[in-house]
This record gives sequence, structure tokens and C-alpha cells, in this order.
Amino acid sequence: MNFVEARSPLFRRRQMTNNVMTGIMGFAAVLAVVPLVLIVFHVLVNGFGSLSINLLIEDPNSPGRPGGGIRNAITGSAIMVGLAVLIGAPIAIGCGIFLAEYGQNRLGTILRFLVDVLAGMPSITIGLFMYALIVLPNSQFMAIAGALALAVILLPIVARITEEMVLLVPRSLREAAYALGAPRWRTVMTIVLPTALPGIVTGLMLALSRIAGEAAPLLFTSLGNQFTSTDLFRAIDAVPSRIYTYAAGPFDYWHEQAWAMSLMLVLFILLVSIVVRAIAGSKVTVRQ
Amino acid sequence: MAATDAGPAPARRSIITGGRNFADRLFGGITGSAAMVVLLIILGLFYQLITRSWSSIQANGLGFIFGTNWNPSQNVYGAGVFIVGTAVTSVAALILATIVAVLVALYLVEIAPSWLARPIGYMVELLAAIPSVVYGLWGIYVLGPFLVTIVGPILTNTLGQVIPFFNGVPRVTGLLPAIVVLTIMIVPTIMAISRDVIGAVPGSQREGILALGATRWEMIRIAVLPYARSGVIGGAILGLARAVGETLAVTLVIGNRSAIADTIFSPTYTMASVIANQFQEADGPTHRAALLEVALVLLVMTFLINVVARILVWRVTNGQRAVVVE
Repeated sequence: MNFVEARSPLFRRRQMTNNVMTGIMGFAAVLAVVPLVLIVFHVLVNGFGSLSINLLIEDPNSPGRPGGGIRNAITGSAIMVGLAVLIGAPIAIGCGIFLAEYGQNRLGTILRFLVDVLAGMPSITIGLFMYALIVLPNSQFMAIAGALALAVILLPIVARITEEMVLLVPRSLREAAYALGAPRWRTVMTIVLPTALPGIVTGLMLALSRIAGEAAPLLFTSLGNQFTSTDLFRAIDAVPSRIYTYAAGPFDYWHEQAWAMSLMLVLFILLVSIVVRAIAGSKVTVRQ
Repeated sequence: MAATDAGPAPARRSIITGGRNFADRLFGGITGSAAMVVLLIILGLFYQLITRSWSSIQANGLGFIFGTNWNPSQNVYGAGVFIVGTAVTSVAALILATIVAVLVALYLVEIAPSWLARPIGYMVELLAAIPSVVYGLWGIYVLGPFLVTIVGPILTNTLGQVIPFFNGVPRVTGLLPAIVVLTIMIVPTIMAISRDVIGAVPGSQREGILALGATRWEMIRIAVLPYARSGVIGGAILGLARAVGETLAVTLVIGNRSAIADTIFSPTYTMASVIANQFQEADGPTHRAALLEVALVLLVMTFLINVVARILVWRVTNGQRAVVVE
């Protein structure tokens, strides 16, 4: 641009607008990061002081009597999340394979759409679904009902990631298998799936960290339990729902333990996302 | 995607077996039934909620949607308060979050160098991974007091002098904390999708307008935003669906009172929070059926919002959805 133009008021105004808007966008980026920093900071500060070994190895005291732990909640969460992965993952991976292998048609488009819609359904309605399906007919809150609700939440996440990972397997690999005379199922099971496995495991880990923090679907399915239980057909405790109870409750030591549980949960989740990103991140990128 | 060397081979009948390979069919059948499970779950979800709330649907009729009196002890059930509560909190959060998220997405795609854009984008995405209850806990004990002591007085002394809705006694729990928490929670959803669709705007668009002498902001306003608009709207609507269904974070901070909020500080209910708060202690089957009907209304709402959002996002990204993780 020449010198005269650079001094014109119009140019200066446009330049100024540009600078102001750039500043606003940068400010928005800072604004968006601040909550994460604050939440992690407060969870660390408030949670760390309340961490103790007793928290891990004791059941809760009767309400109002400080002390006690959350062994029941940790056990319950581990059981239900593990069970949810065992139930949900095979179905989700099967669904993902179907969408990738046989889904390049109208049926596939509809199913893919339904998977996305299921992913968007509120977790509390999924909890009520399991309540109506299992708890109500049996008049009994059950660990298995909670696990099934979590499995339903896991299903669409893992299904879509499996689909994308299977679609990313190079066609030349399949063609090599076909050329050796392998039928389709064998190609998928021995060539395609192992190639896509790191990506699928990544998706599974992310889904696992997501359901480990879900409390809403457990309120009416597994309910909660003051004692450590491993019975799948009885009420069982869970970490996120105990955070909810303690956060809303009246006692100071409940609030402290709620922060401590949040610390464990957030550390677990952040760790999973960071590890996943470090190990398999490059494999999950691919599409921009 | 590397289009030439990815994806399944076209489904063609095997020359040798003529497509009659039993194991292949079995394989298709097994994976197909896994896919059908999704359909069954969605149908089951609607079926269960409809049958379990049928008595309430019959007893309350349309008054359920439009009535604002919710009084379980007298068997009066009008869910209007909760519907308004959900609408106000989610729409307010949607507007605030969309402004921030789109600005962040523009910053990350158009301005920030990649050494800065990657960590910022990653940190915003991590916000989505933090559980709802932790937001709720933080909302009560950190955000709530901050809003009461700092933001509340500022709001009442400025906007509150002009608009009565913003004039009131700040409280730790109420409409305002719920809106702020929801905003924080849906920014990552909207940001991630906006970033994808803005990144998908062809570079030639940008180069064209820059060659005409536009500044970078003019390029964004004239060439980038209009191109990305429907995708951004789709992302925003997905964020809306998340806000509408968000339960425990909201339940902890909204104050839980069966009345429409008259100021931005008043406690009220959303559909999800009334279910979370009352279902376990429901006074018998009628109250429970009414709460299940609230869940049904919530389900139908999120279903419709999701369908609209998916169609918008799909149109832009051609059916390919970005993987959540970078």
C-alpha cells in the first residue's frame, strides 16, 4: 500500500477495528480457559487437604459424625463402570463395525443418525429408562441397573469412534487380505480390527472416563449404599452420586469429602485424557 | 481423510463364493444386531417413559405443559415452571456460550500460532471432560459466593436500575449461577464444532478477499463467518441440547423452588433438576408418574433439538463428524 492510503482516516478506522476485534478474540480465548484453571485449582486446593488413607479404606460414618471414608463409593463405581464397559463395549464395537462395513447406504445413514441422537439424550432420562425397565418391576434398586444405564451412555460414543477408526484402515491392507482369499469376516477380524485397535481403545478410555463421572443416571438405578457391597442385585454406591449427596448436604466434613472425591475423579479423568492423547493422540487425529 | 486409500472395499460379492459364504452372513448379522440395539434403546426409552407416565398424561392433559402450579400434596401438576426454567437457563447460556465459543474458535483458527492454538483448544476441550457434579460443587462453594459478593452488586447497580429483572437480592443459588455454570459447560461443545467448520472454510475464500485488500477482521466477517454459519448454528444447537439435559450441576446451584424466577437471582427449577430433586422422595405413584412425564417432555425436547442440530452439522460436514479428540 502507498503512503497516502496508509494515512487515510478510513484505512486507520479499518485497521483499528481489526485490532480491536483481534483483541476481543484473544480475550475470549483467555476467558474460556479461566474456568478450567479455576476449577482444577479449587479442586486441588480444597480436595488435597481432605485426602487421607482412611478415606479409601473406611465406609462412611452415620451422617453427622465426622470421619469415615468412601470405600463403598469407590468399590461401587469400579464395579458399575467395569460392568458397563463389559456390556457396552462389545455392542458398541459391533455397531461401529456394522456402520463402517455395511453402512454406506440408507440403512447405515439412519442408524448413524440414531447413534448420534442417542449420544445427545440427557443422562437422567436414561437413568429413568433403566428405573422403569428394571428397578420398578423388581421393586429393588440394583447395581446392574446402574451399570446398564452407564453402558447406554457409553454405547454411542464408542460406536462412532470405532466406525471412524475402521474407516481409516488403509484399503490396501484389505485388498491384500482379499487377495489371499480371506473372506470378509476374517479380513475384518484379523486385519482391520487389530489395525484400528489403538484408536478404538482410545475411544473406550475416553468413554470410560466420561461414565465414571456420571451421577444423574445412578440416582434412581443403583441409588447408593452406606456400606461396601459387591452384590449386583442390590443397591450400590458410586463416587459421583456421593459427591452430589455430600455437596448438597448440611455437614462441613461432607463438603470436605466431596472436594476430596472430586479431586480423585478429576485427576483420574484428566490423567486418562492426557495419557490417551500422549499415546494414541496422533492416531486419533487424522481428520481435520 | 485420505480418500483414495481408506475405507472398506465396496461391498461386492466374492467371486469364489458367490456371496453365499455362511460365516460372512453370520458376521453381518451379528454386527447388524449390535447396531439394532441402538434403535431398540431409543424405542424402549420412549415406550417406557410414555407407559409409565400415562396416568399423569391422562389426568393432567395439556394443563401439564401450561399450568404453573406444581403441588404434589394436592395432586396438582403443572410443569410450566420447569419448562420456563429450562428454557430461560439454556437459552441464556446458549447466547453467552456461543459468543465466547465462536470468538475462541476464530482466534484459534485464524489468529493464534499453532503452538498457542493447540494447548488452548485442548484446555477448552478438557472442560467438557469434567463431571457435572464437580461443576455443581464448584458452583455452590466458589462461583456462588463470587457472584453474590462481586457480580451481584454490579448487576443490580447497573442493569438493575434500568431493568427490574436484574434488580434483586443476590443469592448463592438461583438463576444466575445456573446460567453461568451452564455457559461454562457448553462452551467446549460449541467451540469444538465451530473450530471444525471454520477450519473447513476453503483457503481460497480467505486469499480472495485478502487480495482485495481486506484486513483480517474483514476477511473473517465477509469470507469466513457466512461460509461457516450453518455449521456454527448446528454446533450451538448441540450445545443447547446439552444445556437442556444438564442435570446435577444445575440442581446443585439453581435453588430448587417451584416458582418462575422474577429476578435473575431467584431460585427456581429446571425440568432435569426437579426430577433429580424430587423423584427419590416422590409422594406415591401419581407424583412419580408426573415426574416421569416431565422426563418425557425433556426427552422429546432434546430429541427434536438434536435432530435439527445433527441435520445442520451434517449438511456442512457431509456426514463426516470430527473425532472428539485431536
